This record gives sequence, structure tokens and C-alpha cells, in this order.
Amino acid sequence: MTKSELIEALARQQPHLALRDVELAVKCIIEQMNHALATGERIEIRGFGSFSLHHREPRIGRNPKTGESVSLPSKHVPHFKPGKELRDRVDAAREKCKIMD
Amino acid sequence: MALTKADFSERLFDELGLNKREAKDMVEFFFEEMKGSLEKGEQVKISGFGKFELRDKNSRPGRNPKTGEEIPITARRVVTFRSGQKLKARVEAYVGSK
Repeated sequence: MTKSELIEALARQQPHLALRDVELAVKCIIEQMNHALATGERIEIRGFGSFSLHHREPRIGRNPKTGESVSLPSKHVPHFKPGKELRDRVDAAREKCKIMD
Repeated sequence: MALTKADFSERLFDELGLNKREAKDMVEFFFEEMKGSLEKGEQVKISGFGKFELRDKNSRPGRNPKTGEEIPITARRVVTFRSGQKLKARVEAYVGSK
């Protein structure tokens, strides 16, 4: 499922809303999530999961092509922890359907 | 303070003028749609945010970290998240409050 497929599905479920408004709503939700993480704020969605930042220590990395070492500064990376409902539902479907692309 | 569903719907109310009911429903449907897709075995790719992928894990031996007792971890399907380039770059720029 892509963002545009998500927008289409949401529009079908809410036929009283203009497609344009559904698009704006999806963009608005995504921008809020991006903004929260970019400012170090956690996101907690009951039943879906939580997003937080994980800290990475500075390290010496290597350019895999040239073998040259490069010093990489410390940074934060986004981390997602699926919620219980999502974990259970996804796992319960394991025997019934294959993973599609 | 963490961002929650209530914050999303408040913003939809303030910025898009959806009424409270519509805003709340939109947020519920948004996350339910993604859960439904993952439940069907379909990965979710949200450009500008990231990708929710599925992985089938084989069973493997595990251990209770408290007691040291060996317990098998059963085979399972899990969801993983890979953030997109844009989000990664924005988060990397965050230096933290420490």
C-alpha cells in the first residue's frame, strides 16, 4: 500500500469528505509525525505503536568502495515499536497470507 | 509529552476545518487502514515518512534474561519500520536536549 492508495481507501470510507480534504488530512498527519520526531518528541498511537529516537554514538566508519575511514558524528535515528494489537494481528495472519511487496 | 491521536485530530479540526467527529474518525481510519494492510501481508510505503515492512522469523532458541532459563522463541511475523531519507535527514539534524 502506498500513500496514494491509503488516501483512496480513506476517501472511500468517508464519502462525505472531498478527496482534496482527505489528501490534506493525510499530509497533515504525516507532517505532524515528521515534525515531532525532528524535534525529539515521541509519538504514541495506541494499538498501532510508538515512534521514538534512538541515539547513535559517534564512530569511525569506512567507505565500502575505497576502504577509506571516515569519522561519523553521533546522531539520532527514528525507531518504531509496534503496539500489541498490531503485533498480534500481523502475527495471527502469518499462516493465512504471504508477504506481498 | 508524546504526540497522540488526540493531537492529530485537534490539528485536523484547527487547520482543515473538519468537525470533531470527522477529525477523530479520520485519525482512526488512517491507522486502521495501515494495520489492515499489514495484516493482509501487504507492506505500507508512505512517501515522505517511511516504510512498514513485514518479516517472517524462524523460531530460535531464546533465554529468559532474568533467570537464564532457556525458552524457545516461536516463529512469528513482525513489522519493521524503515524511515525515509527525508525523515532520516531531519532527525539526524536533531542534536537533543542533553
